[in-house]
Amino acid sequence: MNWDTLGPLLWQAAGQTAYMVLITLVVGGFFGLLIGLGLYLTRPGNLLANRVVFSVLNVLINIIRPIPFIIFLVALGPLTRLAVGSVIGIEAFTFAMCVMASFVFARLVEQNLVSIDPGVIEAARAMGASPWRIVRTVLVPEALAPLVLGYTFLFIGVLDMSAIGGYLGAGGLGDFAIVHGYRQYDWAVTFVVVVIIVVIAQLAQLLGNVLARRALRR
Amino acid sequence: MSATAAPTTGPIISFRDASKVFPARGRRPEVRAVDGVTLDVRAGEIFGVIGYSGAGKSTLVRLINALETTTGGSVVVDGTDLTGLSEARLRGVRAGIGMIFQQFNLLSARTVAGNVAYPLEVAGWPREKRRARVAELLDFVGIGDKADVHPAQLSGGQKQRVGIARALATSPRILLADEATSALDPETTQDVLALLRRVNRELGITVVVITHEMDVVRSICDRVAVMEHGKVVELGDAYQVFSRPKQPVTRRFVATALKDRPSAEVLERLRARHSGRIVTVGVDEVAGSSAVITRVLRERGVDGTVVFGGITEVAERPYGSLTLELVGDAAAVDGAVAALRGVTDVVDLGTAARPLEDPSVVRRGGPVGAEEDTAGAPRRGARVVGVADYGTFASGGGPAGGPTGMIEEDGDR
Repeated sequence: MNWDTLGPLLWQAAGQTAYMVLITLVVGGFFGLLIGLGLYLTRPGNLLANRVVFSVLNVLINIIRPIPFIIFLVALGPLTRLAVGSVIGIEAFTFAMCVMASFVFARLVEQNLVSIDPGVIEAARAMGASPWRIVRTVLVPEALAPLVLGYTFLFIGVLDMSAIGGYLGAGGLGDFAIVHGYRQYDWAVTFVVVVIIVVIAQLAQLLGNVLARRALRR
Repeated sequence: MSATAAPTTGPIISFRDASKVFPARGRRPEVRAVDGVTLDVRAGEIFGVIGYSGAGKSTLVRLINALETTTGGSVVVDGTDLTGLSEARLRGVRAGIGMIFQQFNLLSARTVAGNVAYPLEVAGWPREKRRARVAELLDFVGIGDKADVHPAQLSGGQKQRVGIARALATSPRILLADEATSALDPETTQDVLALLRRVNRELGITVVVITHEMDVVRSICDRVAVMEHGKVVELGDAYQVFSRPKQPVTRRFVATALKDRPSAEVLERLRARHSGRIVTVGVDEVAGSSAVITRVLRERGVDGTVVFGGITEVAERPYGSLTLELVGDAAAVDGAVAALRGVTDVVDLGTAARPLEDPSVVRRGGPVGAEEDTAGAPRRGARVVGVADYGTFASGGGPAGGPTGMIEEDGDR
């Protein structure tokens, strides 16, 4: 184990992971919230009930979510090429992560919104609020704490996804652990990376818990 | 935003053959929640809709602020026919009608002030005006000190006060109360009802109250509609409807409010204690007051001892019955009973030695009361002492189980 040569590589890998994870969190978080809201609102009996839209979104999520990510990466190939011009590299990998994260988060968002008391939504309707206003001022604020926890869950999931970045040549901490640890029979390197990932995950969860508790303080 | 100015006279809410049918879904058959309802709510009154759960009253009230839309007939609110209005127009109508709920439905993420400000934000009030209005409203409902508290820290009664303040924020002409006191204890219920009465009297707001509690109607309603299976089965002046109930469901509600008539078991104990003639006499505005009853007995030289009974108020007028033991010369007692029949409804229960086990419904003479709802004083006569068929009335028990519970012995303890 030579940290003089591995050190900079580890630093670079961490940067790659940060790139993939942060972009995915932003993009996947945004589209996940959007799709999740769409799924919730179009559910039969809800504000914008629409059987067709609901069914399409629902089936789409159910199809995509259970696919193992490593297979999803390959299957998404044609779409990835269309979107980023290549099927390998960190951009291609991040694109696939964004798509998967969107659908994973969409389900989390929907499940958290379903738990909102319908009476509160009815009260807002009775006061003349439009559906969009209800989304902004009732749905999101009322479900904020579970949404924050769901987002934290997404972060850990995305970190997990990023570990196989090496498969498409995207690099990252996971790739570093495999290339410089596992394949070199250097358990120390693997161990160091594992510790780094665990620490990041712990910090993220801690932050999520604190924010969720603050959202719940009422 | 209301498009049409309200007419100065006439009803503020009109249902004309209004229906709401929820279509069949899956294995569930279609539900006729509201079935051909025609009724008017007058401006400035407190109108009650009473019925057991599933009677359709919640749906009926939601037709008023278009949270549900009719599938037949029409609903006209404050001069605006809601039938076929666009969703955007309906939002405007809703904003002009306040509503409070059984579970309060406050926004848990907002403070009390934030909740009350919500409809003002919807209506586009600027921040400063909102703040002043919120303070004014919280003072009106008596929780001015709770502005910065979150709803979770409030008691049920306080939460409903917030609900009322929020519903009044945009100065609506109509306030809908959907089982607003059903989640509250009896004392808090009275506080909230008193507040609703203030809203009605001081602000002139028409209040529509939905409830399954007779006490609520009894305390505050001017007029009442009794609903069953989506239909209005009885409608009129609250006092009239409940002092002369025509429908079994109405009688069940009356019985839940006042357990003034002795059950068979109570009667047995009464006879064990009192050897004299036992009679139940009706006391209400139509029939004799207790003063009149006392006078009749005095004139006949008969002693009357109250052994059971209760008098309460319906729509702020007396209503109830007293069960008396009449002691005196046999002929004088007979004469007293006959004389009592001249002034009120009498159920003769006989004596311990010669009990009348099956007291029939006794009506006073005179014309039978008109069927139609007359707003003025109730007519004399035709007050039916229907609940006097003690044992059997309980067998008419409905889903709410009220009737069997009503013949309790509260008055005997």
